[in-house]
Amino acid sequence: MLFSTLHPAPILMHIPDGFLSPMVALVGWVIAAVGVGLALWRSREALGERQIPLMGVLAAFIFAAQMLNFTVAGGTSGHLIGGALAAILLGPWAGILTMTTVVAVQAILFQDGGLLVMGANITNMAIVACLVGYGVYRGVRLLAGERRWGLLAGGFAAAWTSVVVAAVACAVELGFSGTSPIGIALPAMAGVHALIGIGEGLITLGALALISVARPDLVEMGRAKAAGGFRWTLVGLAVALALTLLSPLASPYPDGLERVAENLGFIEAAQEAPYTVIPDYTFPGLSNEALATIAAGVVGTIIVFGLAVGLASLYRRRRAAEA
Amino acid sequence: MSALREGERPMEACVEVRGLRFTYPDGREALRGIDLTVAPGEKVALVGPNGAGKSTLLLILAGLLHGEGEVRLFGEPLDDRNVKRMRSRIGLVFQDPDDQLFSPTVFDDVAYGPLYAGLPEEEVNRRVAWALSQMGLEGFAERLSHHLSVGEKKRVAVATVLSMRPEVLLLDEPTSGLDPRARRRLIGLLAELPQTMLVATHDMRLVAELLPRTVVLDGGRVVADGPTAEILSDEHLLEAHGLERP
Amino acid sequence: MHIHALDSYCPGTSPVHRLDPRVKLLLTGLFILTAALLPEREWGAFGVMEGLVLLTTLLSRVGLLRVQRRSAVALPFALAAVTAVFATPGRVLWTVPFLGGTLSITESGVVRFLSILARSYLSIQAAVLLAATTPFPDLLWGMRALRLPRPLVAIVGFLYRYLFVLADEARRMLQAREARSAAPDGRGGGTVAWRARVTGSMAGILFLRSYERSERIYMAMLARGYDGTVRTLSPPSLRPTDWIVGALVGGVLGLILLWGRM
Ligand SMILES: Nc1ncnc2c1ncn2[C@@H]1O[C@H](COP(=O)(O)OP(=O)(O)OP(=O)(O)O)[C@@H](O)[C@H]1O
Ligand SMILES: [Mg+2]
Repeated sequence: MLFSTLHPAPILMHIPDGFLSPMVALVGWVIAAVGVGLALWRSREALGERQIPLMGVLAAFIFAAQMLNFTVAGGTSGHLIGGALAAILLGPWAGILTMTTVVAVQAILFQDGGLLVMGANITNMAIVACLVGYGVYRGVRLLAGERRWGLLAGGFAAAWTSVVVAAVACAVELGFSGTSPIGIALPAMAGVHALIGIGEGLITLGALALISVARPDLVEMGRAKAAGGFRWTLVGLAVALALTLLSPLASPYPDGLERVAENLGFIEAAQEAPYTVIPDYTFPGLSNEALATIAAGVVGTIIVFGLAVGLASLYRRRRAAEA
Repeated sequence: MSALREGERPMEACVEVRGLRFTYPDGREALRGIDLTVAPGEKVALVGPNGAGKSTLLLILAGLLHGEGEVRLFGEPLDDRNVKRMRSRIGLVFQDPDDQLFSPTVFDDVAYGPLYAGLPEEEVNRRVAWALSQMGLEGFAERLSHHLSVGEKKRVAVATVLSMRPEVLLLDEPTSGLDPRARRRLIGLLAELPQTMLVATHDMRLVAELLPRTVVLDGGRVVADGPTAEILSDEHLLEAHGLERP
Repeated sequence: MHIHALDSYCPGTSPVHRLDPRVKLLLTGLFILTAALLPEREWGAFGVMEGLVLLTTLLSRVGLLRVQRRSAVALPFALAAVTAVFATPGRVLWTVPFLGGTLSITESGVVRFLSILARSYLSIQAAVLLAATTPFPDLLWGMRALRLPRPLVAIVGFLYRYLFVLADEARRMLQAREARSAAPDGRGGGTVAWRARVTGSMAGILFLRSYERSERIYMAMLARGYDGTVRTLSPPSLRPTDWIVGALVGGVLGLILLWGRM
């Protein structure tokens, strides 16, 4: 039983080896290397020589916090994943580093997630989760001004979105690898994690509420480490949009793409596992269906963001009216 | 004034503190004017109730917190320029060994100080072996810190400081959380060490057995300072500051 | 029970344990890469690789059963690949009715699914063996020697050291909550949202404790001369056996790959 408490993370988020094609694994490593390199450089500026002990202990904190679970119903329990919380408390760069080491140790020490695909797992759970989570958080806080509900609502929204978007990234990778058609993987992953995300959101909210009372300076620490709130919101939005745009391309055996690959001489690579190479010009073979999916994804993203913004401003107006 | 005092004694004091005050950022006044002198080779107990300021004083002497007032170590005023050098001559053992032992293995931890002192690798290895043997920890080098018992952790914590060959040892509650046997063992090992010692503790038997001089701290002030035997026989003093006879 | 009992390292003095951690890391990486690059349907090559795993397990004396049990961790993820059975175009083997329509199970779909399982299971066994025969601190310096960014490795070192301390704290908090909760059937009181928020408060407390601990650790580091750089002793040089084993196993993996891709 204790064993399971140390393996609390939803299995679906930690991709094991073998489930991604070498090409997708490689792309994952490239994104991870760029993201972590950037984070190392930027967080060093922000934290100086305290960086290493602080992030090391807080990475252990994320790990240990994942053990704190609560009963949902019928023997299932929810618990924290932590990307958004790390990004909010430490700032996005230190958050990325912290989550990266968590993902790495989970893979090496507990075989939770593969080694060759670790780049992809870092991309999903550290980079995407932290950037999107932080972007949403800063967006809500900008709307809320200095009011406390901004912290709580921002924390909840950030945690929920980070989990769902990381799951979408995971589905996209599985799709590109030909392991699971995106048409099934995406709704399944997004759906399951939309539920998991609620637990994540509530725990993050609870943690932030407590910390903001006991040590308000620490909640603002992450903000101070990364100025330019609006820019972060744009970054978060861009990552979410990029994933949405990629998802319809990630279907196995997309006829149009395969023809393109053939013309480009990639057919050898595409023969066994369909490493679908993303062509960097217009997609001649893209069916209307794919276009429709892209459009739907974009519209969906905008609706979710719009809803959050709308609710926040509505709430603000009512608060103002009450005052 | 201090020049005159130095003239009076043949040897320079290891630690000399005058009018030391310290306030934590949250406004808590932890030290309100401390005067204390420790001569080379002295072994001094620092006792007093919880919150008296013992740990704070040790942190300041190790150059980790900056108070107001005068702090002289080995005759030199402590400042930003010599603080790194002073830290290598003064070894602080923290209260919680889990703070002190921050490396994955015992070896890494004991080697840490010598390594950052820039010593060559053979010397680092020699120091580690020596410090571990001083604490009766032969064969512990490859052990993982989190697998150790509390008593072993405490001894390793002292070893991490000994490997730096400090002249002064500052020990914060070295015997807390130890069972009687581990406690005896640690006291025995500490008694063998030649270093000047300043030991913050609630363990009055440790004080009686190991430390000939006692300083009583309460509310951030020194309320008594003298031979341990005298202080331990002063019932009123002990009672007034929440202390007990061993 | 201490959480560290779950450390996956399994002490021993076998030749596998004694192999240099750098070589072990590299070989494990190569092994997993080989499995990933092998085309589907190469059952022979997959079989030879499994033989390699079993041989190493026997040599290491950590126990066949133990390795298999730990390797089962990744099995549930296979669900994610099940859909490949229907979604891959090819010769139809069976047609099953599904939600009014039908799903066709194709031969190439089944092959793909089984190949993914084979690659995945081979890889995880290799990772389990690596962790079971190499103490984590050795892996740390192995990573450093393989030129991973030093600050990152140092952070991993702290993570490893304090994982157990903080996990113990978390466990104590859970026990304290258990001791005070009056619901013996494990349902817990209050609404789910309330329980989640309470768990959040616990995470908040744990964060504050961790943060304050990191401050004390930073002081303990300063007290021993820390200056912001990461310093370590240089690793020992590779023994001839390490070179030989590394070259041999690496060569075998190369041959397997060559055979599989021809
Ligand atoms: N980091 C801190 N921030 C604010 N106040 C602090 C901090 N550390 C200590 N204090 C306060 O300073 C005072 C002195 O604390 P200190 O730790 O020096 O006491 P102590 O004599 O070592 O007590 P104990 O016997 O409990 O270890 C106490 O009132 C304590 O609450
Ligand atoms: Mg104290």
